[in-house]
Amino acid sequence: MLDADVITRTRIDEAELADEPLLIAEGLTKWYGRQLGCRDVSFELYAGEVLAVVGESGSGKSTLLQLLAGQLAMSSGRVLYRLRDGATRDLAMLTEAERRLLFRTDWGFVQQDATLGLRMSVSAGGNVGERLMAVGWRHYGRIRHEAESWLDRVEIDPERIDETPRSFSGGMRQRLQIARNLVTAPRLVLMDEPTGGLDVSVQARLLDLLRRLVQDLGLAAIVVTHDLAVARLLSQRIMVMKGGRVIEQGLTDQVLDDPQQPYTQLLVSSVVPV
Amino acid sequence: MYVAAKGGERAIENAHRWLAHERRGDRTVPDLTLAQIAEQLTLGVDRVMNEGSLYDRELAALAIKQARGDLIEAIFLLRAYRTTLPRFGMSEPIDTGAMLAVRRVSATFKDLPGGQVLGPTFDYTHRLLDPELCAHVPEKPVRARAETTQMPRVTDLLSQDDLVERAPQAAADAPVGDLTQEPLSFPADRDVRLQNLARGDEGFLLALGYSTQRGYGRNHPFAGEIRIGEVEVWFQPEEVGFAVPLGHLTVTECQMITQFRGTETEPPRFTRGYGLGFGQCERKAMSMALVDRALRARELGEDVVAPAQDEEFVLSHSDNVQATGFVEHLKLPHYVDFQAELGLVRRMRAEFEAAPQTEIREAAE
Amino acid sequence: MSERTYNFAYLDEQTKRMIRRALLKAVAIPGYQVPFASREMPMPYGWGTGGVQVTAAVLGPDDMLKVIDQGADDTTNAVSIRKFFAKTAGVRTTTHTEEATVIQTRHRVPEQKLTEAQILVYQVPIPEPLRFLEPRETETRRMHALAEYGVMHVKLYEDIAHHGHISTAYAYPVCVADRYVMDPSPTPKFDNPKMDNCAALQLFGAGREKRIYAIPPYTKVVSLDFEDHPFERYRHDAACALCGATDSYLDEVIIDDRGGRMFVCSDSDYCERRRESAPPAPQPAGTDASHA
Repeated sequence: MLDADVITRTRIDEAELADEPLLIAEGLTKWYGRQLGCRDVSFELYAGEVLAVVGESGSGKSTLLQLLAGQLAMSSGRVLYRLRDGATRDLAMLTEAERRLLFRTDWGFVQQDATLGLRMSVSAGGNVGERLMAVGWRHYGRIRHEAESWLDRVEIDPERIDETPRSFSGGMRQRLQIARNLVTAPRLVLMDEPTGGLDVSVQARLLDLLRRLVQDLGLAAIVVTHDLAVARLLSQRIMVMKGGRVIEQGLTDQVLDDPQQPYTQLLVSSVVPV
Repeated sequence: MYVAAKGGERAIENAHRWLAHERRGDRTVPDLTLAQIAEQLTLGVDRVMNEGSLYDRELAALAIKQARGDLIEAIFLLRAYRTTLPRFGMSEPIDTGAMLAVRRVSATFKDLPGGQVLGPTFDYTHRLLDPELCAHVPEKPVRARAETTQMPRVTDLLSQDDLVERAPQAAADAPVGDLTQEPLSFPADRDVRLQNLARGDEGFLLALGYSTQRGYGRNHPFAGEIRIGEVEVWFQPEEVGFAVPLGHLTVTECQMITQFRGTETEPPRFTRGYGLGFGQCERKAMSMALVDRALRARELGEDVVAPAQDEEFVLSHSDNVQATGFVEHLKLPHYVDFQAELGLVRRMRAEFEAAPQTEIREAAE
Repeated sequence: MSERTYNFAYLDEQTKRMIRRALLKAVAIPGYQVPFASREMPMPYGWGTGGVQVTAAVLGPDDMLKVIDQGADDTTNAVSIRKFFAKTAGVRTTTHTEEATVIQTRHRVPEQKLTEAQILVYQVPIPEPLRFLEPRETETRRMHALAEYGVMHVKLYEDIAHHGHISTAYAYPVCVADRYVMDPSPTPKFDNPKMDNCAALQLFGAGREKRIYAIPPYTKVVSLDFEDHPFERYRHDAACALCGATDSYLDEVIIDDRGGRMFVCSDSDYCERRRESAPPAPQPAGTDASHA
């Protein structure tokens, strides 16, 4: 199980950047009755790597994320994940206890709507500290100190630690959500339109923060977005989805600078350059 | 001088004697007979039997008399009595298709085999208080005859053309759930849900049913059929090996025909909601059918967005005996806990007074 | 209807057997809430039907029963329940804690230390300690199964953040045998330490919510807290005006409309015994009381 001390590391563990992928998705498929959610999605993700999944609404990218997060049952396919102890396990084979623990410690999920990813009537400190308390931290002072330092890191004034997110702006709530997820030093973070619904200037600030955090913490991330600028800024690799299928994937810069598929070309050409 | 209060026992005895006195009321007024209650306050008796989960007109009348007309108190009395009765088995399912109906209406067809039979209903009365009921004006007796013509169920007619879903069937040998024997657990199967609703408070179900019509989980209901009448109850004792008739019950049955749907493998059909109760209890049966259908949201693949669709919410709060017990228990002494809270509040107020004022900060970033 | 004769302690033997099975399971898994098919009883739900069913299931003809509510034998509901058992079981009843073999209680634990020969039956309104944080039964059941109690500490954290200290005064959650988090029933937190390593068997009955749970004798019971904000008992800072006790939980009694108040032991039997065996306590200044 997870030791409290293991959680407060801030350096990339060199052993993490092993040759073994952190996450392997094989043939992920989801049917909603007769309607296709996504079909035959396969990819590998390595530690410290950010993969962007782009497409319009209805492309299946959100379905894919929900399958990975275990929020939806897949119709077929499997997801393999390399745990901290080095063993690669099929997520469907984990017990519910193991899965829930994994999602609370080693994984993060940043929701598009921060009100769903936060406890709105709990203070900022309580929101950040919850995962720590869930893994056994029992010293109020230390929990609070850790929460303050994370708030600072996501550029929220630590003085506001006792306020609830109800009094926070959209951008602040999103940053709080990020802190809440990162406090247990997860190795993989899923993000669903992390900048959705925010002002352009607020988006820029948030993306900047995400980029720095991902780098500093050596996070692997899967970022679902309809915004190619977000993909370009955050990710090394990109998957383009349309009608539930992956139609093109590769290095982000390559795909966006030299798209091969007509649909990708269309997407790229309709984007206002950053 | 403060003396620790004693005499609780005497206080209770006196309270009970006063209650008995009040129950009897003015001694110059004739004492109510159970027959009067059973005959002339029939619908009250029906409700008490329903929610008391016991079909016995005389006992229900007694409960109403003892409860001074408070129907929920009467329901409680009947339930408590029911606990003490030995159970010797489960009857065969009643066949409402073979009912001797005194009333049978359908909103879905203008006319249908067996016809529309209005029966003894308030429906088309004008709600004008009738002073004639003040005096003992003898009414002309009416001779009513239960219909013996064939009255096939509307839902059976529709399902001949496969237009309405088949009534969901459980396996023939599957045991029927019983809330009085096993505690409720979630998710609950439909048999247990229907039992819970049948015993549930009429007002609660009425409000929930009403809410579905007003858009909180709307399912476009039509009253496919409401029928009221006698059915025979059959019982198969183990030793005998065949079923024997025990007697007759009057029941009210409501079938709601609701929002059609199809799936990727099935063509569209109407769905249904079901309500059943003892005696003449249309309002209850109709509300029950609406809520039954709402609670099927999960199995029909609908989003659960409204209170009437929320299984845990509906089934946990439908029992008025539980509800009244807990609401009214607030009258019991709680001063030990209140003392604890009092101490806490006093302490917090002292801290508040002592703390320096903090400046107002800007809210926005 | 003819005159009824009831079984010993009202419940039929089938029902008692069902309850005892639930009790055995509860004792085998300390602090775990066992669902049971609670019966409608002659008193309303919320008025002790769970406690009454548990007592009815464990009571035998040789037992001596004590019933208290708010610590006192003479409160109306305690009287009512005691009469119920006197009538339906014919057992001897007592107000003396050390004479009783079965004690049914609402909202207090007796001050007198209990022995291995005794059973304490608690009346419980809401058995689920997580209920106010998570209203759904399906979710709380999962949280208990997976020992996911982080959200409980979040609540305590919030208390400290906003009030400077944990602000739960009664029904203070405890961890039993290092595994299940349990609601001790609405006893004041003052009583929590008495549950730890108690020689008596402690049984908890929630009739309306249909749950039974138990703490076997000599079981570890720890109140939830933080290392740097440890659990604290609370009692009024006063002595009992009748017996002088400074270690018992006190009730505040208002004696006039000018703010006059005095404090007396909540546990009426404990107070009486102290008064019987000790000389009269000195009266606090300001009250013109004399011993009756």
